[in-house]
Amino acid sequence: MLLGLAATAIVAAVLLWDLNRARVRGLPLTLIGALRRRLVEVRERTRGAPHPVYDPGRELRAEQRARVLLRSCVNDEEWSMYRDLGFVRVWGGGSGVNGADARYAYLIYPHRPIVAYVPATGALLSEYCVAFPDHSRPYGSAKLPDADDVLAKWMALTADERRLIADANMHLPGRQLDPEQVRDDLARLGRWERERPVARARARRHAHAAGSEPQSPQRAELQSVGRAERETTPRRATGRTGSVPAL
Amino acid sequence: MKLLRLKPGHGEVVLAEGDVEVPEQEAALIEAFRRELDAGMWAAVPTERRDGRREAELVKSFSDVPRDAERVIFFPRAAGGAPGARPLGLGATSGLAATSGSGAMRFGAAPR
Repeated sequence: MLLGLAATAIVAAVLLWDLNRARVRGLPLTLIGALRRRLVEVRERTRGAPHPVYDPGRELRAEQRARVLLRSCVNDEEWSMYRDLGFVRVWGGGSGVNGADARYAYLIYPHRPIVAYVPATGALLSEYCVAFPDHSRPYGSAKLPDADDVLAKWMALTADERRLIADANMHLPGRQLDPEQVRDDLARLGRWERERPVARARARRHAHAAGSEPQSPQRAELQSVGRAERETTPRRATGRTGSVPAL
Repeated sequence: MKLLRLKPGHGEVVLAEGDVEVPEQEAALIEAFRRELDAGMWAAVPTERRDGRREAELVKSFSDVPRDAERVIFFPRAAGGAPGARPLGLGATSGLAATSGSGAMRFGAAPR
């Protein structure tokens, strides 16, 4: 009786082992087959789909277009400011064209918070963090080109200051921008503004000395301002604001 | 009149262009205008005041656009940026942070 049971158990064990061995042997083949099938599926799926070609010059061209548009919307001073200093100042509170009666003003940086300050004292008031994300992400990014971001802030600020400020996240100075850097930018702005009339007069003198109608006095003036700025301002190191690079 | 839209990775694109005095073209402009507003865009008309000051005017319907306006610019509506950005000094980088064309100040960079 016992002998019979033992023999049956041995036969059952051998049969089970044999079955499992077949399964273990077939496992790699099953995996490889699944992988092959998956590969074929992916190939078929992507065969007709257009592959977005990486274009390393896209952002550069976008910024060039954006600058042309910005220049056509803002006034000469604001455009020159952006080109030479990398930011635009907008007078606050609906003040006059030259900001003579402005109690406060804003500095608009590309993709950075808007900074409110007191022009008379240079005191920083607050940072307004605002963005214009395009969730359609046409080329993978939701961010506008730098000049377009400045233009969007400029349009929103000059059109409806209160609404933009209400939509922004307000922080005290120093939250996200280094106050020292902002003060440095205000100092550069002051120097730049002092140089502009001098540069303008210099451009006129050059044109007069050349004995011809100035072909582009504004351009000469701006070049002169840029030169003066370079002479009076040390080259900026990483982490400091500077002029917008020429494109 | 031109309807322009600011677009990431591209700069502005012309959505529609036409003469508002021509009914068919005006209808096409209105259609494009509504489509952009429905997509959540803001519309602004750049203007110049008599004193020379330039500014923009936000418009909510095509009838608000001055008939002599040369262009209407659409751009994504404003949103408070980087609400969770950690303040300076914590070595944090913000979600809004990006190198600008000027390669300038880093948003959220540690102070010197």
